[in-house]
Amino acid sequence: MMGRNSIFLGMFIMLISHSFTAHSATADEDIWAGLKQTYFGDREIRENADDLLVLEAPTRAEDAAIVPISVKSLQPQTSERYIKNIHIIIDKNPMPYSANFHLSPSLGEIDIATRVRIDQYTDMRAIAEMNDGSLHMVSRYVKASGGCSAPAGKDMEAAMARLGKMQIRMRDANIGETTQAQVVVSHPNNSGLQFDQKTRGYIPPHYVKEIIINFADENLIKLEAGISISEDPSVRFNFTPLKHGVLKAMVNDSKDMTYSMDKQI
Amino acid sequence: MHLLILLLSSFLPVQAIASNAAAGNYPLQHVSDGVYYHQGSHEEADNENLGAIANVGFITGDECVAVIDSGGSFREGELLREAIRQQTDLPICYVINTHVHPDHILGNAAFKADNPKFIGHEKLPAAMASRKQHFAKQFSEILGEAYQGTEFIEADNLVSIGKPLRIDLGNRPLLLTAYTTAHTDHDLTVYDVKTSTLWTGDLLFVERIPALDGSINGWIDAINTLTELDAEMIIPGHGPAFDGQKSEAWQNLLRYLTTIREEIRFIINDMGTIEEAIAAVGTQEAEKWKLFEEYHRRNVTAAFVELEWE
Repeated sequence: MMGRNSIFLGMFIMLISHSFTAHSATADEDIWAGLKQTYFGDREIRENADDLLVLEAPTRAEDAAIVPISVKSLQPQTSERYIKNIHIIIDKNPMPYSANFHLSPSLGEIDIATRVRIDQYTDMRAIAEMNDGSLHMVSRYVKASGGCSAPAGKDMEAAMARLGKMQIRMRDANIGETTQAQVVVSHPNNSGLQFDQKTRGYIPPHYVKEIIINFADENLIKLEAGISISEDPSVRFNFTPLKHGVLKAMVNDSKDMTYSMDKQI
Repeated sequence: MHLLILLLSSFLPVQAIASNAAAGNYPLQHVSDGVYYHQGSHEEADNENLGAIANVGFITGDECVAVIDSGGSFREGELLREAIRQQTDLPICYVINTHVHPDHILGNAAFKADNPKFIGHEKLPAAMASRKQHFAKQFSEILGEAYQGTEFIEADNLVSIGKPLRIDLGNRPLLLTAYTTAHTDHDLTVYDVKTSTLWTGDLLFVERIPALDGSINGWIDAINTLTELDAEMIIPGHGPAFDGQKSEAWQNLLRYLTTIREEIRFIINDMGTIEEAIAAVGTQEAEKWKLFEEYHRRNVTAAFVELEWE
């Protein structure tokens, strides 16, 4: 794989120019062909992998700034065969490579959800990378929201006031039973694409780069993220605690600020 | 007088208003002495309705005209300007933007030649800067020809929260009030002292479903403040003007917002998901609002991510 920075930033200029001109199906296919080459080179990707993965997203992005999406696996994670990564690509976003979830075989099943920004009609893809290196893709087409919805923050002042505040939200877990948990961090996840009238320059990006979730000192999920993720980044996931331990979430952002939170299970 | 206006506005079907705008016929409603507005249609903006979906209008004094919201396209701004010129030759000294949404501000450039002062909330410039690229791309496509000429003109006179601005149109003082985050983070209301007419901007939606782009808690608080004002007439951001002594429109908005807030809080406290909330919350409100399908799920989404931090 390419280095993180080149993945998240590399296609930026090309996509900006593409996104203002491309409308036809052929042009959309061209966009994906370019993205595929950039992120995966000549590696083969099996398309319509509906036997392995389900990508859920609303057919229309109701709020351009907050579009809930989820990915579920239809086959169990085992130490012999498991999904090692799920790459989320949103073709027409300013930075299409939106998320890379590194996943542990100990998750047992994959059921993860997050929230993304979508400001125009676009294809969205979830690509599973197995532990044998093979790639399997499912995709969805998402319509843009209408009216006055913009991918901008609603109240930057409120967002900055609670910067770094975290929550681990879950019901009481029973040992041995699959449980749902959500890690959410308050963060503006600023895109760096916003023009500041006063300084006549672009506001520097300030976004969450990484969310690491461990249980009992073992890594469950590591999310590498970019500016497609909504303000107040959220990761919801299923896991099965087999003993008591600490669920720990750590967040690193693009200004090298770190935040963390623990929950005893 | 008030009764007459209410009757008139109820006689004008929404579709007729929409097609009139396209044909260049741009009817005004006369609310009180020197106060006029054009009622937007309850539709999404498109090239046929010219984006004329919000209430926009003006107030005339002895020396000046103040425009309150300029229209949903450059073309609507031109129609509003022509309609003003049929009423008065006084100079247009002010264009007041109640907030950044395209149906309220895209007509700004049509008044540029009048060299008015553009007035907005102190947070309007930041809101415009962060949205204008997106709005320009989206609305140039949606509105087509009607968009031609549109410019995003930044307010140069700003109103601070807690410091209402008084402007005078010539024996006609207007009081402009900036709010903390409610419908957006930069809502502004205009109060005409002479006739006791309150322009709420989008702090009040009538008939059309409200669109939440700020804070549900803040909006509910703002409604409780606004209903304490003793206005003779109220011009909402959408829907017909009405007698300020009547509270039904405010109660409807408050019911919608408090209903979805209560149901979302219940789901959050039960560790439910945003998807569950979007599917289930407030569905009993569907029959009560125009454009429910277009905006309701979005409102629930926006409210959920706010209430998650309570």
